[in-house]
Amino acid sequence: MGYVLVKGGGEAIKNAEAMVGSMRSGDSDAVTTAQVKDGMRLAVDQVMGEGGLYAQDLAALAIRQANGDLIEASFLIRAYRSTLPRTGYSENSDTRDMFVLRRISSAFKDIPGGQVLGPTIDYTQRLLDFGEKDGDEEVDRELSGEANVSADGSTDRGADGEGTGSAAEGFDIPKFSKVADLLREEELLEDASANPDDEPFDITRESLRFPAPRSACLQTLARGETGAMLAFAYSSLRGYGSVHPTIAELRVGYVPLRITHPYTGNAVSIGDVQVTECEGILSGVGTTRITDENKFSLGYGLVFGHNEKKAISMSILDGTLAVSEPKSPAEDQEFVLYHIDGIDAMGFVEHLKLPHYVTFQSGLDRLRAVQNEVEDD
Amino acid sequence: MTDRSTLAGNGRKIEKGYNFAFLDEFTKREIRRKILKAVAIPGYQVPFGSREMPLAKGWGTGGIQITLSIIGEPDVLKVIDQGSDDSVNAVNIRNLVERMTGAQTTADTTKATIIQTRHRIPEEVLKAEQIVVFQVPFPEPLRSIEPSEQVTRQMHARKDYSGMWLHLYEDIVKHGRITIGARYPVMVNGRYLMDPSPIPRWDVPRLDQAPVLHLFCAGREKRIYAIAPYTSVEPLEFEDYTFEVEDFSGKICERCGSSDTFLDEMIDETTGSKKYFCSDTSFCDKRQGSGEI
Repeated sequence: MGYVLVKGGGEAIKNAEAMVGSMRSGDSDAVTTAQVKDGMRLAVDQVMGEGGLYAQDLAALAIRQANGDLIEASFLIRAYRSTLPRTGYSENSDTRDMFVLRRISSAFKDIPGGQVLGPTIDYTQRLLDFGEKDGDEEVDRELSGEANVSADGSTDRGADGEGTGSAAEGFDIPKFSKVADLLREEELLEDASANPDDEPFDITRESLRFPAPRSACLQTLARGETGAMLAFAYSSLRGYGSVHPTIAELRVGYVPLRITHPYTGNAVSIGDVQVTECEGILSGVGTTRITDENKFSLGYGLVFGHNEKKAISMSILDGTLAVSEPKSPAEDQEFVLYHIDGIDAMGFVEHLKLPHYVTFQSGLDRLRAVQNEVEDD
Repeated sequence: MTDRSTLAGNGRKIEKGYNFAFLDEFTKREIRRKILKAVAIPGYQVPFGSREMPLAKGWGTGGIQITLSIIGEPDVLKVIDQGSDDSVNAVNIRNLVERMTGAQTTADTTKATIIQTRHRIPEEVLKAEQIVVFQVPFPEPLRSIEPSEQVTRQMHARKDYSGMWLHLYEDIVKHGRITIGARYPVMVNGRYLMDPSPIPRWDVPRLDQAPVLHLFCAGREKRIYAIAPYTSVEPLEFEDYTFEVEDFSGKICERCGSSDTFLDEMIDETTGSKKYFCSDTSFCDKRQGSGEI
């Protein structure tokens, strides 16, 4: 008999949940939330982005609770988010105010302020490091960031930074102008399609309507599942579409967040959020794509935390979604925006595990009727 | 386990740290307003800002948002999945509502004030005071013939259902009859084509001129729609190829002997023969017992 008919479904659920805990292999210590937060920062960042809530401790808790399943962890965060009332909106943040950890441009060799490599494994050989195991003091020290940072890109910052930042905690935070600004000054870049003063669409309070405004597209992309966005962006790069950007600038760092004080009306800082931002100059493969105004256009990506592949994918998809006559899947707004949400996709695909006895019976009835018809003929 | 509960106004325990019925009050108000609009325009899909719930998308997140938005402390809730109160997902949903509201629950269809269901309508006659909440995977009846939401909304606005009629016609040409199993498209109030959720065809005639309020909600697709009490609901059919319900002629429930209910088909493990049981388990239990229905 199927699990729909078993009496005491409640008991079965409890036992099944208990068994999840027993699936743990080995007898090592359980991972703590702090260890997840400190040692798996990229997983934490991905969950904050896809969960749509900037809360490192909660994301770490969710990852631990989900046994490392990042879509499941993002889902836990989203569900928790539904219990929180919406009390206000932040003011616009300017990423020019970013405390930069990393910034690179693949459009120009020399950029004002210099290229800052920051934390990256891009130029390392991806070899499994068998020395990296628990208890290895050298490795532990390196992982905890105590090791001396030798000649890496971050030394560029102090030297070449423009130093226009305000003094905070006793030292100047260097600020970097944007590479895209150089192109704007020369009137090579199309103006942004959205007016920053327009009230943005809020995808968490309204359902999408098509054609979706750019603010709705960008919000949906910002919460999209990294893997799904990567796949759609890749499809455009590889052949199903024509968008293939040159990265004007990819930057990672901390952006101050301000809200308007409800009583004084003044802007009040409520902290910093780490973000990854990508501005891609949209051009075709080996060709340049020039707009009707004889300018380049910019694809924009901004995601919580440090997640470069998602930020770049987002800038590509921002470009594909703006194509006026969509031809490929990545250029179809409904196709992209309806299918990149990991929580939607995971839930619906996995709902196939639920009983479908009634619907299947109904279909069976039709098939038998059609077969009988054929036999009668 | 630590006790994380607190007392609700009705003296029953509810989960500590959460608002009554999980969702914040602004969200519940928004959903109730969208429900009112849906009731006022039967069959029309009202977009709403669906929230993520502590259930996976596709597992009843729409139904649960309606239930949590309309439920009050005196309500009595019944939750069924494919007709059964004991199906694992129905149990899970019922537990969630209990934990978050302290509301009473029941398996008895006649005692419930709110019935949340997936894929069935209970066999017993429903009364005017009851509300049936349907979990909906695909709110758009035209999706099978048109993938774009932008286009299907225009088709509804123009009452352009020719594509669906053609689809049914082609079905008859190919197979000699209409082959839609569950999710049979219906015309509501002579105006909107509506997906009745994946209920079997058996249940479709029960929507017509029913005294109860039917509320439908698709969480993932962010749509609410409704059939107000005493509204006309007609399945699409041709004069010569009429709508047919599932054929259970000559078959009876092995447990209660019913010959007038929707039956689940089982294969007997030992003999390999087919057996039939009522899909509505609480109805079946009742008929087996006192016979009072």
